[in-house]
Amino acid sequence: MEQLLDITSWILMTLGGVFVFIGGLGALRMPDLYTRMHAAGITDSIAPILIVSGLILQAGLTLASVKLLAILVFLLLTGPTSSNALASAALLAGKRTEQAQPYVPESKE
Amino acid sequence: MESLGIYYYWTFAVLLMVGLYAVIAKQNLIKKLIGLSLFQAAVFLLYITMGKLEGGTTPIVTEAQANALFSNPLPQVLILTAIVVGISTLALGLGIVIRIKEEYDTIEEDEIQEIDKR
Amino acid sequence: MTVIFGVFLLTLLLITGIAIVQTQNLFVSVMLSGMFSLLLAANFFLLDAADVALTEAAVGAGISTVLLLSALAITAKHEKAPSSNSNRVVALIVVTVTTLVLIYSTFDNPRFGDPNAAVHQHVGPWYMEKTAEAIDIPNVVTAVLGSFRGYDTLGEVFVVFTAGIGVLFLLGTPLGPFAPGNPYKSTDPKGLRHYLIPRVVGRMLIPFILLFGLYVQFHGEYGPGGGFQAGALIAAAIILYALLEGEDRALKVIPRGVLIGLIAGGALLYGTVGLFGIFLGSNFLDYSVLSSDTVHAQQMGLILIEAGVGITVTGVLLSIFHAFAARGKF
Repeated sequence: MEQLLDITSWILMTLGGVFVFIGGLGALRMPDLYTRMHAAGITDSIAPILIVSGLILQAGLTLASVKLLAILVFLLLTGPTSSNALASAALLAGKRTEQAQPYVPESKE
Repeated sequence: MESLGIYYYWTFAVLLMVGLYAVIAKQNLIKKLIGLSLFQAAVFLLYITMGKLEGGTTPIVTEAQANALFSNPLPQVLILTAIVVGISTLALGLGIVIRIKEEYDTIEEDEIQEIDKR
Repeated sequence: MTVIFGVFLLTLLLITGIAIVQTQNLFVSVMLSGMFSLLLAANFFLLDAADVALTEAAVGAGISTVLLLSALAITAKHEKAPSSNSNRVVALIVVTVTTLVLIYSTFDNPRFGDPNAAVHQHVGPWYMEKTAEAIDIPNVVTAVLGSFRGYDTLGEVFVVFTAGIGVLFLLGTPLGPFAPGNPYKSTDPKGLRHYLIPRVVGRMLIPFILLFGLYVQFHGEYGPGGGFQAGALIAAAIILYALLEGEDRALKVIPRGVLIGLIAGGALLYGTVGLFGIFLGSNFLDYSVLSSDTVHAQQMGLILIEAGVGITVTGVLLSIFHAFAARGKF
């Protein structure tokens, strides 16, 4: 049972690390602000879930697990909110992507 | 472990001098303030590095580890005070910069000295 | 394993520090300095300084970023390109020579983690032993901060107090939205009220931040925590409210009179606890006479002065934020 818990938490934390790496790579290599935010958003959403679940499996049924769960909830609340605020601010400052076309409604024939 | 210690001390030296460079060579007042806080951060790093004991742990004596080896609490106390004093001076410095901006309409040091000479 | 972590964090610290000074965009500089504080807090945690890491994260990455951003909104966003190069070359030479001298001197520093170094000899072990018998709280750092070195903490509270009244002197006169001649119209959208998502999530989080601040305040004796961190956290919660709902609503929550009362009241509480030591027949800031049982009296004194510290720090940080925020031509 111990072994199973260890292996599962291993896999979860490694997967979380892989997603963090992918997010970081994307934040560097993507061409535009909005696409970079998409990449960095991975480190806000899926990566904490995997890493903190791995840590909870390691900690077992102690107070530390409850604290880790609380940390996960706060990370999941604030991460996407800050991405949203960043995107709103960028939009408000007038930053557009190169491929963006102004919306022209079709005229009624 | 010893090479890590040398790396800590070299980081302290480089960060100290980077902060000092920002204070003496940059013209923008806010850049100078940020450089000053960088300088202070380097000093904090030095003190806390010196307080660490090999194989020690955080100096919180719980029942579970009553006899473990603890790192030195004294540098941590001094640096706790220093961090708060550092942010107080940063706040006061920013207040002065805001007033300077309102009076001179610029925060570049050479332009301010130019206006003062007239 | 810690060697890898240590080297990695230190290298990131170096890169961020150099980038802060290199960049000419002040906004980037401020954001990088927030990141720097967070990396420094991680480094402190690696060096077994949990209290210091908490303070650095709360104060450095939280409050100082907010203050720098408010000042940036009023002053400038870009640094002017340097005009003369000779100044910079001289400064660069001086700095490089001093760096080399410092690096040469680091070879004589005590070996990292050496138990025979001078810093672990005299007072440090004495504090570790005496805390268990005289004060009997788990967190030795709080014991030293509050009781053994209470004078220094009193001075620190007064430094925070001075910074607060200094900023109020400089920026306290109303040049804000309600002064005549200011182009800011009161019908402009205030705060972030029309942005739904940050507002909803922010308002949901504020009670928890306040609760965490109170937890840190009262658990300073049992784990990392204490007055300064708690004051910074509670101030951060109310600053978040001010950012989301507008500054006038935050001033209705905690009016200016109450803020001044907080600033003075905390320092007054600390000084009064000290004077009680004299009135009850012992020295200034001697908590052992506050009650019949010495250990119990020490703990009571610690709780009272930490409360004083937290109250003053909250009041000062909030006043400084309001003083900066009322100033700008937003």
